[in-house]
Amino acid sequence: MTSRDDTSAARPCLLVFEDGEVHRGTHFGHHGESCGEVVFNTAMSGYQEVISDPSYRGQIVVMTYPLIGNTGINAEDWESRDCFLSGFVVRELSPIVSNQRATQDLAACLAEREIVGLAGVDTRAIVRKVREVGALKAIISNTDTDTDSLLKKVKAWPGIHGRDIVQEVTCASSYPWTEGLDGPFLPRLEADSEQPRPRLAVMDFGIKVNKLRGLVAAGYDVTVFPAQASAEQILEHAPDCVFLSNGPGDPEPLGYAIDTIRTLVAKELPTFGICLGHQLTALALGGRTVKMKFGHHGANQPVIDLTTERTEITSQNHSYVVDGASLDAGKVEITHENLNDRTVEGLRHRDLPLFTVQYHPEAAPGPRDAFYLFGRFREMVARHMPA
Amino acid sequence: MPRRDDIHRILVIGAGPIVIGQACEFDYSGTQGCKALREEGYEVILINSNPATIMTDPMMADRTYIEPIEPEVVAKLIEIERPDALLPTLGGQTALNCAIALHEQGILEKYGVQMIGANADVIKKAEDRDLFKQAMERIGVKMPPSASAYTMDGAIEAMHRIGLPCVIRPGFTLGGTGGGIAYNPQEFEEIVTRGLELSMNSEVLIEKSIAGWKEYELEVMRDRKDNVVIVCSIENVDPMGVHTGDSVTVAPQQTLTDREYQEMRDEAIAIIREIGVETGGSNIQFATDPATGDRIVIEMNPRVSRSSALASKATGFPIAKIAAKLAVGYSLDEIANDITKKTPACFEPTIDYVVVKVPRFAFEKFPEADATLGTQMKSVGEVMTIGRTFPEALQKAMRAMETGDPGLGMRANDPFLPSAPRRGRPDKRKLRRRLGAPHAGRLHTIRHALLAGIDTREIHEITRVDPWFLEHLRRIVALEQSMSRFDSFEDVPANVLREFKQNGFSDLQLARWYGTEAARVRRRRHELGIVPVYNRIDTCAAEFESFTPYLYSTYETRTEVVETGRRKIMVLGGGPNRIGQGIEFDYCCVQACYKLREQGFEILMVNCNPETVSTDFDTSDQLFFEPLTVEDVLHIHESLSIEGAIVQFGGQTPLNIALKLKQAGVTILGTSPEAIDLVEDREKFKELLQRLDIPQPDNGIATEVDEAEEIAATIGYPVVVRPSYVLGGRGMEIVYERKSLKKWMTTAVEASPEHPVLIDKFLENATEVDVDAVFDGEICVIGGIMEHVEQAGIHSGDSTCTLPPYSLSDEVQDTIRDYTRRLAEAVEVRGLLNIQYAIKDGKVFVLEVNPRASRTVPFVSKVIGTSLAGVAARVMAGESLAEIGFTKEVIPNHWSVKAPVFPFVKFHGTDVILGPEMKSTGEVMGIDPDLGCAVAKAFMGAGRTLPLEGTALLSVCDRDKQAVVDVARAFADLGIRLLATPGTRRYLEDAGIKSDVVFKRGEGRPNVTDVIANDEVQLVINTPNTDAFSLADEKAIRTAALMRNVPTITTVFGARIMATAIESMRRHGLSVRAMQDYHAEVVASA
Repeated sequence: MTSRDDTSAARPCLLVFEDGEVHRGTHFGHHGESCGEVVFNTAMSGYQEVISDPSYRGQIVVMTYPLIGNTGINAEDWESRDCFLSGFVVRELSPIVSNQRATQDLAACLAEREIVGLAGVDTRAIVRKVREVGALKAIISNTDTDTDSLLKKVKAWPGIHGRDIVQEVTCASSYPWTEGLDGPFLPRLEADSEQPRPRLAVMDFGIKVNKLRGLVAAGYDVTVFPAQASAEQILEHAPDCVFLSNGPGDPEPLGYAIDTIRTLVAKELPTFGICLGHQLTALALGGRTVKMKFGHHGANQPVIDLTTERTEITSQNHSYVVDGASLDAGKVEITHENLNDRTVEGLRHRDLPLFTVQYHPEAAPGPRDAFYLFGRFREMVARHMPA
Repeated sequence: MPRRDDIHRILVIGAGPIVIGQACEFDYSGTQGCKALREEGYEVILINSNPATIMTDPMMADRTYIEPIEPEVVAKLIEIERPDALLPTLGGQTALNCAIALHEQGILEKYGVQMIGANADVIKKAEDRDLFKQAMERIGVKMPPSASAYTMDGAIEAMHRIGLPCVIRPGFTLGGTGGGIAYNPQEFEEIVTRGLELSMNSEVLIEKSIAGWKEYELEVMRDRKDNVVIVCSIENVDPMGVHTGDSVTVAPQQTLTDREYQEMRDEAIAIIREIGVETGGSNIQFATDPATGDRIVIEMNPRVSRSSALASKATGFPIAKIAAKLAVGYSLDEIANDITKKTPACFEPTIDYVVVKVPRFAFEKFPEADATLGTQMKSVGEVMTIGRTFPEALQKAMRAMETGDPGLGMRANDPFLPSAPRRGRPDKRKLRRRLGAPHAGRLHTIRHALLAGIDTREIHEITRVDPWFLEHLRRIVALEQSMSRFDSFEDVPANVLREFKQNGFSDLQLARWYGTEAARVRRRRHELGIVPVYNRIDTCAAEFESFTPYLYSTYETRTEVVETGRRKIMVLGGGPNRIGQGIEFDYCCVQACYKLREQGFEILMVNCNPETVSTDFDTSDQLFFEPLTVEDVLHIHESLSIEGAIVQFGGQTPLNIALKLKQAGVTILGTSPEAIDLVEDREKFKELLQRLDIPQPDNGIATEVDEAEEIAATIGYPVVVRPSYVLGGRGMEIVYERKSLKKWMTTAVEASPEHPVLIDKFLENATEVDVDAVFDGEICVIGGIMEHVEQAGIHSGDSTCTLPPYSLSDEVQDTIRDYTRRLAEAVEVRGLLNIQYAIKDGKVFVLEVNPRASRTVPFVSKVIGTSLAGVAARVMAGESLAEIGFTKEVIPNHWSVKAPVFPFVKFHGTDVILGPEMKSTGEVMGIDPDLGCAVAKAFMGAGRTLPLEGTALLSVCDRDKQAVVDVARAFADLGIRLLATPGTRRYLEDAGIKSDVVFKRGEGRPNVTDVIANDEVQLVINTPNTDAFSLADEKAIRTAALMRNVPTITTVFGARIMATAIESMRRHGLSVRAMQDYHAEVVASA
């Protein structure tokens, strides 16, 4: 395995917050600068999945675990075709890659994917700031080291609230997905091979591919549609059921997607939504979403299933949340809650074949406790399929 | 699910004495468990034979039994106390084994006692190799190819099937006792023989060796609702082949991708479900092939463990406490996270720092033992340290070890220091060979190898240590070498200095390199503003606010120490456990915390031992998980306004730095460091005693061989010789003639003007006495006068002693009281004082004065029902004994006996003989209205079977032949058959005692070792000869006895009291009684 040069210090890189706070460290990855909303992720492993999660579009991600890059980058653990985040901040970039599957180191990967990396800063101090003040806007740069100039740029940046950034991450056109997954300890998801594979339409708002793998493993015939696809375009494909993916940013500006969902749901197509898909569903059902102070980004969030009283340790990544009080309790049932802050984590429609969760059953990174939800969806679809 | 209301009284079994593989982590878990259960309103009945534990403090349980942890004893206790439930998972393997035995004997069923936490089926499924293997097959978890065997033939058959090298593990033992890796058939047979003997069920598991694979551990918790969480992952720096207790380990895991980690996590969850651990914590060990990522499970412990203590300390998630709550019905989501207060315990801690654990060994105590590390645990203690980077955490650990290294290497005599001569440096060939065998301090060897020019690739090939760790070690070494870029320390620029500090370099390391003083490095750092901040351990990587000040230092930007404005006292702990300094001192520190908190002080605890109660964030107001060095302690002192520090409770560790702390402005509470130094200074001490007209054995100080011989000749042989300033009698010996003295002077020690050798007249056949007392400047209250059973010359830590004394006259005791009071006054003690006396022919001599907490403080406290350490702490904080209400010596009307426990069985090849150098790892207490019964209980508690009938083998040295006659008569009167070696037999015959002869080795067969091997002997009395000729023969006897677990007595005194014990046991049988009842009696009689 490769090890980097010991004397690679002194390549300055800055993180400047909109309130003027400056963090100086060393640069890695892409040479350049970009603005983003600063969020922190508390997962100790899985940085490759984090940097390739499209939901981080418009955000500068700070990893709370201080040693990042230990296992390099491998070919299998990509969660999307590219990296969409605005910047990546770590306490220490590993001087060496040590894992049998690694094919590249993190710095080279971020350079290739044009993401600016910052190392050698007090990430815990940044995390405490974000916890206390909220997800502030900031700029990360190694090309401009003038803090006044950087502050000006970050103040000029519009941020992600109220903007449609799904457009920047969704696929260009529809395509079939066939890769499943293996792993002896994933719950058995294979549907009865005698049964036909239901045709599943996936709306891609910035999907992580482990969801697609899980859906294939659960026995679907999967076709992925871009976020802008209309209900008609999707229905033309004659799907048996619908899946609404995760994605970045604020759900409210995505009026087109909310309309599409409303139409599809009205057709009584069995539907499963995750994360942004969950929030959009809530909006389609007349609910409201609100921006959180700093969101949930990590792999240790406890979620209680209110119907079984069992707790799942879940992977999460969201900055917006469904306001439970805004929902019509007669129509929609809150099925899951976050044990830490009692925010809404799951919904079920009382009459329609529809359920959604805020968290990520596909894990990657994080625990796979909730993987069974792909199977539960499959059972729901089976009940609604013509015999 | 709410608390269970169908149970009210819960029996908790402790872990017994400290042994290798089972140390004070079980006091930590047991104490937490008892506290948690009582908080929930349950009555707790506790049994533990170890008096040095916090858990056996009468306030920790409703009914506390300091009795041997044997099924028949626990059965008696159950009969009296009638508990509804038994929680067996907090007391290590000892408690599990005992619980299984109680279950199998039908005791639990008979009295309607329900096992909670883990039931018998679960324990068996996890511990029985075959059942475990079957269970793993059912869920598709891979294990190394293996087979169980109950006989040598079966084992050899399995070996042929599995192939060499293979690992042999005895069933139902702890710390891998008796196991090992066999590379050839001869080695195989050797280890199997040992394993079959040591296994509780005569079972060995033979397993394909996967030495060199990466090793991991997960700490898993499950509740009744089937919620499962992983509390912590741990990665071993030493790959498979070294027992995890002996490995340097890191948390969290470093070299698995998330996918690989999650697969392991899923397996762990599948395993805990399949084994059926209903509630509580388990530890599961995995290995992965670094080339392919293939993974196998090694084993599972369905209970709290050393690793769970480490995981609790590493994350702030109190596993034992939560396990106790789960056992009584709660689910994880119903229990609050103590640190964040607002979030529940049903989550997985995430940490934003690196934790390093380094084991501490005691091979210097057992020079004959094989110091190679393998599958059987050999370490006696450990340190844990925390940093934001791996180098920072690792270097902190290295200096926390107190082995003379201020970091990774650079001890005073380091051959690679710039000032050291080149020719003293080990060459590559030698280093390669040393790298090949895992050993204590392998990290230092790796450093030397790197400095000698061996690259990380080659080191990896030899050691199989993961390249990630090696690269970090290489970077530490590269940084060390980069110091040469600057001619003097003053030339090191601020940013570079900061980089050194961020990589864990201590001031002393920098000072060593640049040939300056650590204080100068410190001063300059302060001028440049390079000081650490304190980060909190909060279970959540700062996602939530933390309410518990559990802190570590690091060179970051924003401190999380909060000044409360309250009166603060800092208590310095004892650091890593070692022989001579262990749980007893932690007990004292914890008592100081408890009692001073009650008095309204805010207590700051400083320690780096993850096994202890003192490092529970519950024990103090602010916990600093830090090395106990001058630099680290001063940083804490500077960050808060602290009234004073207590350095007298943590053993030698804080005392070693006390003077420097004082010079740097720390107020030392209680007895001054100067006074402590005074009694360590032989010349000044001698003058003091002369002034007070208190006798001490004749003595002198020598700095070279001739001088030593002269002194010895003047005071007369035998003499006790020892290096100055040592702990636990390190290097100490009794020398009977000139030749041996010369040999000792030339081989055992390096005497020099800075390190003189102390020579004392050895008082033969004297009685040794230990006294613990408290002095407040006005009155001196004796805590206890303890009479040793063995004659003077055996280290007090290795001696059996009784409280009250069993043979001392009132006059002698009064002299002792008088001397103690006068010495306390003269030394100006404020707080605890321990004095060792020898009584010869009615005359009292002072051997040693220690104005600090001693090893016997917890024992005395338990016996008299008053926390001596707590009282002393209050005295040190300014109260008088009158104010506290402790003004009179308590003389108990029951007998208490403290007996040591030895690790000889772990160190194959060592002799079991006792001497002035301490070798025991732990102790037990026997308490009873009858002295003999108290001795018997102590004996049982120490794991030795008291032979009530059968045959005793006698073979004593010439000096003891006359004395042994009485003892032999006592045994004969008890109907015990006597076997004696020819010389001893002649004496017995002359005294008219009938005995059978047995050959010495080499004189005919069957000889002494034959009869032991054939289980014809139930007790061996063998006192050591001083000449080298008999040594090998005697060693063979004692080793044979050790292997057959036949009790061996090596002193005539010991044999005498053994006879008393047998007689008492035969007359009274065994009965049990709670400490609360004994203490009520003490109070009533006072």
